[in-house]
Amino acid sequence: MEKVYTRPRSLKKVTFHYCPGCGHSIVHRIMCEVIDEMNLQERAIGIPPPGCSVFAYHYFDVDMAESAHGRGAAVATGIKRAYPEAIVFTYQGDGDLAAIGTGETIHAANRGEKVTAIFINNAVYGMTGGQMAPTTLLEQKTTTTPYGRDTNLEGYPIKISEMLALTKGAVYIERTAVNSPANIRKTKTAIHKAFQTQIDNLGFSLVEILSPCPTNWRMTPIEAWQWIDKVMTKEYPLGVIKDVTGK
Amino acid sequence: MTRVLMTGNAAIGEAAIRAGCQCYFGYPITPQNELTEYMATHLSRRKGCSFIQAESEISAINMVYGASVAGARAMTSSSSPGISLKQEGISYLAACELPAVIVNMSRGGPGLGSISAAQSDYFQATRGGGHGDYRTIVLAPSSVQELADFTHHAFELADKYLIPVLILGDGMLGQMMEPVEFKHEAPQELPIRSRALRGAKGRPSRIIKTFTSKPAELEEINWSLFRRYQLIKKHETTFETFMTDDAKLIVVAFGIAARIAKGAIKTARANDMKVGMLRPITLWPFPTDEAQELAKNTKHFLVFEMNMGQMVEDMQLALEGKGEVSFYGRPGGVIPTPSEVNKVISRLYYQKGLK
Repeated sequence: MEKVYTRPRSLKKVTFHYCPGCGHSIVHRIMCEVIDEMNLQERAIGIPPPGCSVFAYHYFDVDMAESAHGRGAAVATGIKRAYPEAIVFTYQGDGDLAAIGTGETIHAANRGEKVTAIFINNAVYGMTGGQMAPTTLLEQKTTTTPYGRDTNLEGYPIKISEMLALTKGAVYIERTAVNSPANIRKTKTAIHKAFQTQIDNLGFSLVEILSPCPTNWRMTPIEAWQWIDKVMTKEYPLGVIKDVTGK
Repeated sequence: MTRVLMTGNAAIGEAAIRAGCQCYFGYPITPQNELTEYMATHLSRRKGCSFIQAESEISAINMVYGASVAGARAMTSSSSPGISLKQEGISYLAACELPAVIVNMSRGGPGLGSISAAQSDYFQATRGGGHGDYRTIVLAPSSVQELADFTHHAFELADKYLIPVLILGDGMLGQMMEPVEFKHEAPQELPIRSRALRGAKGRPSRIIKTFTSKPAELEEINWSLFRRYQLIKKHETTFETFMTDDAKLIVVAFGIAARIAKGAIKTARANDMKVGMLRPITLWPFPTDEAQELAKNTKHFLVFEMNMGQMVEDMQLALEGKGEVSFYGRPGGVIPTPSEVNKVISRLYYQKGLK
């Protein structure tokens, strides 16, 4: 019988610690599938962030180095500049990439660093217990916006991917989601393209992935998938935000 | 080898390149800009090397972290306020046992302070500086020649002990010009450090990290770091003594202050006062044993610093009450003259009845 589905080679045989319905495990898996398909296991160096996905280094069977909160793009820059043969990716959440690490991210993109950012947007700080993220939606309740995010007090959901697209150094930015089999397949294609952009030495690439956090959204996994469609994608529309790769 | 006339900042840059520094990441801040500019001119176009003017000191130190992860000899430099910003990254470097060289051409503080030379970052440099239990080796040069020599030595120490090494200079050392001789040629190729991340080719994948959910595991990491710190204390403590054999009073000073003190001591000697000097070259580890040794013959110590008295605490700890420690300091970027220090020495010498 033909084997049509198996564990990716670059995904370690370790049980995920993520909550039921969490998007991280889906993204990890499809990233590892891409790493296998593109034969990058021996070249990849990943940078996981502080947060729920800090343990990504227990799952990805590639070289990985922990980064301080928000500094992923700077660490990736240092690795890539010191060793340009590597395929360097950061794995960052919304607080990491769009709050504390905004400066590092914008300037790495603007320099056109040949690195790839996988940006998980779940509109909330997960590991610390569900506080407001820069991407938290208006009226969304979190532990630090208990009455709902109020524009007068907390401002607006930040569209960091659109902001990054304004930098000339960023050449490929796409927003996807992992809330349906079709969207998961599209996410995988986007990750593939982002890595290819780096391999081709074209510039900075980023895939923003709308990802469910049922625990902190106080939803069931199915409700969380539906919420991404009904609410999140209205603020953060899916699709290619910038593509000047010419591919 | 011929001697060349250079500013201290430029001499560090040249020495770093000759030590095989492949990556320099910095951010402009006075009084160390000549170093960043030197690297922009002389490192950025070298084969296999990288220079970035980063968007912040935080970013620069994290780029150094990344380069060190990939096995490169990497360096950053700044001055006091910028060094404060780098502390997060230095803590991570120390925790992950990653070598790096960090230069602080310090200036007056606290706050934005002044751009004039000061030594008020002694506590920050010698106590780790960032969060967590860790140390960094701290080298304190007092001439442009030493800036060059210690820069080379710093890279060697960093690689040998897998530790960030700080060079604590000051704005005066960085700005002044002196003849300097470079004793090393840039290496053609450096061996790749065994723990470096270069992709999991022909070996299992590797992780560089500190986070753990198990406190006992983190405790063991701390023990392991401290075993190495003991080795460093034993093998790398360095200092200079000057006319201490018959001294009744010993001035203790580091960096540029030691140079000022030396002038004062020479005048004191010319006036028949038996004064000597202990100059810690490694501020951490501090030359505790030598201080104890000197206290066998001398009971009076005058700590002189360009701050409000920071190293004076280490001297008191080192002596364990076996000597009397006085202090004279000028904070805020004021640079005392040898004659001013000589007056302090003379007054103390008479007050203590040493004449």
